[in-house]
Parts: sequence; structure tokens; C-alpha cells
Amino acid sequence: DTSLAEVNSFSPSMPISPSSMINQYKFEDEPELRDLFITVDDPESHITAIETFITYRVVTKTSRGEFDSSEYEVRRRYQDFLWLKSKLEEAHPTLIIPPLPEKFIMKGMVERFNDEFIETRRKALHKFLNRIADHPTLTFNEDFKIFLTAQAWELSSHKKQGPGLLSRMGQTVRAVASSVRGGVKNRPEMFTEMNEYMETFSQKINVLDKIAHRIYKEEREYFSEMKEYGPIHTLWSASEEDIADSLKGVASCIDKCCKATEKRMAGLSENLLPILHEYVLYSEILMGVLKRRDQIQGELDSRIDTLANKKTEQDLFSEEIGKLEDKVECANNALKADWDRWKQNMQYDMRSTFTNMAENNLRYYEE
Amino acid sequence: MEDCLAKKMEITVSEAEKRTGRNAMNMQETYTAYLIETRAVESQGEGQCAPMDSLWRRYSEFELLRNYLSVTYPHIVVPPLPEKRADFVWHKLSADNMDPDFVERRRIGLENFLLRVASHPVLCQDKIFYSFLTQEGGWKEMVNETGFQLKADSRLKALNATFRVKNPDKRFTELKHYSDELQSVISHLLRVRARVADRLYGVYKVHGNYGRVFSEWSAIEKEMGDGLQSAGHHMDVYAASIDDILEEEEHYADQLKEYLFYAEALRAVCRKHELMQYDLEMAAQDLTSKKQQCEELATGTVRTFSLKGMTSKLFGQETPEQREAKIKALEEQIQEGEEQLKSKNLEGRDFVKSAWADIERFKEQKNHDLKEALISYAVMQISMCKKGIQVWTNAKECFSKM
Repeated sequence: DTSLAEVNSFSPSMPISPSSMINQYKFEDEPELRDLFITVDDPESHITAIETFITYRVVTKTSRGEFDSSEYEVRRRYQDFLWLKSKLEEAHPTLIIPPLPEKFIMKGMVERFNDEFIETRRKALHKFLNRIADHPTLTFNEDFKIFLTAQAWELSSHKKQGPGLLSRMGQTVRAVASSVRGGVKNRPEMFTEMNEYMETFSQKINVLDKIAHRIYKEEREYFSEMKEYGPIHTLWSASEEDIADSLKGVASCIDKCCKATEKRMAGLSENLLPILHEYVLYSEILMGVLKRRDQIQGELDSRIDTLANKKTEQDLFSEEIGKLEDKVECANNALKADWDRWKQNMQYDMRSTFTNMAENNLRYYEE
Repeated sequence: MEDCLAKKMEITVSEAEKRTGRNAMNMQETYTAYLIETRAVESQGEGQCAPMDSLWRRYSEFELLRNYLSVTYPHIVVPPLPEKRADFVWHKLSADNMDPDFVERRRIGLENFLLRVASHPVLCQDKIFYSFLTQEGGWKEMVNETGFQLKADSRLKALNATFRVKNPDKRFTELKHYSDELQSVISHLLRVRARVADRLYGVYKVHGNYGRVFSEWSAIEKEMGDGLQSAGHHMDVYAASIDDILEEEEHYADQLKEYLFYAEALRAVCRKHELMQYDLEMAAQDLTSKKQQCEELATGTVRTFSLKGMTSKLFGQETPEQREAKIKALEEQIQEGEEQLKSKNLEGRDFVKSAWADIERFKEQKNHDLKEALISYAVMQISMCKKGIQVWTNAKECFSKM
């Protein structure tokens, strides 16, 4: 009886779809049962008359029935990833789509194609696809499958189908308009809490990102000074007799400290910095998702409002209202489930990345 | 070292005090005065302590004492004073002479100076030094009465000698090169160390920001909150730990600085040798030319061109009486010159002997002290790492409980 009541009210409920629950168990609690493995590697640069761009090799191995083959290898460029992301957002407006690495990096980037940039991007793209693969709903998305399996020309022709740029722009305009209007006044308590949480989280994660970068910078400068420090002792030992060995000893210790510092820095840049950055992007995405939920709710609310003024036409609109209510309900539930999942992941990620940082530092001091 | 003053007397520079007074130009100035306390050591101490004597001295009086010692004992490597102005500072350290940390380190340096002098076999017996420690009033006048300033060699003279000396003792030349190298390498080392300290400070302190953010973040988290909060606390501990670590390192830097300044003292001894050697060479040259002149006059042959010789040729020879007188005068001068040369030679040899003895003593002291300093530096680094391990182990535990 309670389940019936919940369907018709706006209060949050348990995730409805049993399949999504099964998927949740399958992918998170027992990772050995994963059946989709994706890697992104081998960046290659392509030069045409109009432009220069980089493609990445995307290799997929799977045991799923819906895939025709068990192994795929395709090449994709950044634009293709952008396309995939927007298709996923379209199909699942209130699910949390993982972040893509940014198009450009503002500060100090002269060359779009320097090796460090490409490598950072490659790792982020790899993460992106794997996060989708791990997601109980997104992993079965059709566009995702096409992205992983289609040859270049197949993908281009598939991309051309579906709503064109103009209609997508129209959707955005409508979305902005409705977000200004509503969704906020009837917002369930849970989502208000989420909003507040996200605001603070977003603030904090941004600050953490800055702190981590600052630490990296200070370490790099420390490293460069230390590199000069050691050799001075060697130079000195050349003028001495009795203490020459002690001085050489100190010099070699300082060099070891330098190497340890290098490792520490590498640990930061490979682990902590990318994760913090990913969650900075995530916080933006989440704010967006919450807004979209509000929009959907806003549509429903405004419909109900207009209906309140037209009592006679209730029957006609009741179906529409019903549909909208369902939509809101689904959106809410999807978001809630996804939110919980995201929180768990975030906790796990934060825990492991900070623990890793601590271990890194331990190793540094031990060396 | 049996009759070393340091063994008979306990010497400490125990306090520093800011004072204001009027200087020589009757302008008001602020300076720091240091309290020197001395106490005779009982050879069979049974808990009965002799009374403590004390007096106040300022830095300029220490300088006066050192100048006196350097001039009076030019063959000794005189211990250096701590720096007059703060040098090799990194950003947190103040360059202000009145800064309490600087004053404190200087106090230690001055005490170290007095102890070094008091344990030197030659210097500790000096009366002026003893009165510096024990006689409050009238010490300055006493020093000036020794007239040591007159004995001081002019800088210009010394520079001249350095460039013109022909045959200095090879060992002193080597020593001079060594002291130049030592000076340059230690000052380079101190400069880079200051920069390294600066950077290390930065790394540690930025981690402190983690503490603040973790604490704020933990407020919105349910399960992660406790872990974050306690980890943040450890980050704060980590950031704060650098202050003590770097303060200890300053002592190491001061030990190196002492030897940086010692290099200058070494140079001074080498300069003195060069000066004496040059003096000797000049005196020998003078003697040789006088002898030559004498010979020429006596035999009437002109071996070398001289203006006098030319003019006498052109305008007529002198009378035999005049010549005799000249020869007589020269012969007297030659005799004087030979005696002087003999004593200068002796002086020179004595100087080389005693200077070299002190230099050997200094070398041993230097090797011992520097080795100890390097060891203590290594110990400091190890302790820093141990602290780091502790903090990060704790932090790791907190993180894993998130």
C-alpha cells in the first residue's frame, strides 16, 4: 500500500527498477563480474588540409550478448567524446554523466599538443569511458555501444541522425527559461539538501584542487633548489682531505632526497591531482543535474498551475499531468539512486587518493 | 692546554638587553648589551661555587677586542666574531639586527667566541682579554693605551705585498688558495641552503591549508566527516612542525658561518706572511744595491747606469774626500742593513714556524668541528623524516577511516 501512495506523491522513494538494483550489485559489489573492459591509448596526430587533431585508440573487450563481437578497436577524437556525452545527457537528464577533460587549459598553454597535455587528456578519457561502463544504466546506452564499436564512417553517419543543432539549441533555451521560472518551490526536501551540499562541496573541492596544485608547485621549486645543493658539497670535498668523505656522503644523501622528491611529485600528479580535478568537474555536473531535475519539476508545476485555472479541461490534461508526474518521479528516483552511487564512489575515491598521498609521503620520508 | 683559561674559568654570555644611549656624535642610538658572567672553577668542586662575576659589553667592544688580538698576534688564526648583520636570510627570518631571534643567535655566537679565545693556548694568556672578561670600567682606555692601532699594517701595504712578493713560502700560498675556496664554497652553500629552507617552509605551510578545508568539508559529510576532521588536525601538526625544524637548522648554518669567517682569519695570517716576506725581499734588495753602489764608488767602475754617475761624468768627478765620505756612509748603512736583514730573516722564520703550528692546530679543530656539524645536520634530517613518518602514518589512518 505504501508503494502505491509513493508513486502518486512527490516524496522520494526507493529506486523502482529492479534491474537497476541488480546492476548496482553486479557492478559495484562484485567487480569480478564486469563484462565490459575498455582502454584508451595510443594517441596519434592527424594532419589534414583544414586542421590538425589527435585520435586515440579505444579498445573494448566484452562478453555481452548484445555485442556482435567480443573485441573492438576503433579510433576516436575528442569531438566524438563530446558527442557521446551530449547524447547521454539528452537521454538521461537526471543521471550523473561523468566529466570529460576540458577542451582547453587556460593558463600557460601555448601548444595544444604538448605531450603532457595529451597524456593527461588520454587518462581522463579512459576514466570517462570506464565510469560509463561501470554505471548500471548508462552502460547499456545504445549510443555508448555505437561509440565503442562503430567504424569512423559509421559513427559519422549515425551522428547525423537525431535532433539537429538547432533543435538542441531550442531545448537549451527552453530549459534556461523554465529554470528561471520554477522547480524550486515544490522541490522535495531531499533535493534542497543536495543543492546545499553541492554548493559547499563545490567550494571545498575547488579550494582543495588549488591547494594540491600549490603544493606541487612548491615541491617542484624545492626540488630544483635541492638539485643545486648536493653538488656544492662535492665541490667542497675537492678542497678538503679529512672531511672529504663526509662531504661526499652528504652530497649523495641530498641526491637521494632529490630522487625521493621526484617520486613524491609524480605520485601527486598521477593520482591526487587528476582525481581532485575530476571532482571539480563533477561538482559542476552535479549542479547541472540538480538544475535539470528542477526544470522537469518546473514543467510539471507550471502545467498544474495552468490547469488549476482551467478546471473544466482537467480530464484532458490529467493524462498529460500523469505523464509529467511520472517523469518527475523517475527523474527524482534516478537522481537519488545515482546520487547515492556517486557519493559512495566519491568517498571511495577520496579515501583511496588521500590514503595514497599519505603513503607516498611515508615512502618519501622513509627513503 | 693545561693552563688554558677555559679550564680555570666558566665563561658565559647569558643575557642580552636592549639599551639606548648617546653615541660619539651625541645622537641617540639603540644597541644591544650582552651580559658576560664568569666564575672561577674549583679544582675540587664540592658543590661550593665561587661567586659569579658579571659585566655588560656591547658588540663594538667585542670588535675592539678582536682587532687588538689580530694585530697583537698576527701569527695566530684568531677566532671570528658572529656576523654583524644578518646575512643569508630566507624569507621568514628577519634581517633586523634588533630581532629577538637574531639577538639570541648572536649571543650564542659571542659566547662561542669567548670560549674559543679562552681555550686557545696562546690567546688565553693575554691580559687584555682577561680584563675584557673581568674589568668593567676603563677597559677601552687600557686597550687603546697598548697602541696596537699603530702596529696595524695598512691595507694598501698588504695589498701591494701580495702582488709583488717573489718567494713566499709555498705552504702559505696553498693555504691562501684553500681559504679562498673555503670562503666561496661555504657562502654558496649557505645561500642555497637558505633557498632550500624557504621552499621547504612553503611545502609544509601549504599543507596547513588542507587542515582548514578538511575541517570545513567535514561539516557537510556524514560518513567521511570524522576521518576528514582528524586528518585535518594532522595536516595542521605537519605544517607547524617546520618551524622547529628550521630553527634547529639555523644553528647548523651558524656553525658553517663561523668557518666562513675563519677563512678570513686564515687569509689574514697568509697576508702577514706575504707582508713580512716582501719586507724581507725589499730589505735584501736594498742591501744588494747599496753594496753595489759602494763597490762602484770604490773601484770607479760604473756597472749600472745611474743618473748621478752620468751627471758626475758630465759635470766633473767629485773630490776624493767626498768619495771617501760617501763610501763610509754607505758602509755604515750596509752594516745596519745586514743586521736588519738578519733579524728580519729570524723574525720571518719564527713567524712561519709559530704560524704553521697554529695553522695545524686550526686544521684539526676545523676538521673536528665540521665533521660534527655535518653529523648533527644528518641527525636533524633524520629526525625531520621521523616526524614526517609519524604525521603521515596518522593521517593515513584517518584517511582510511573516511
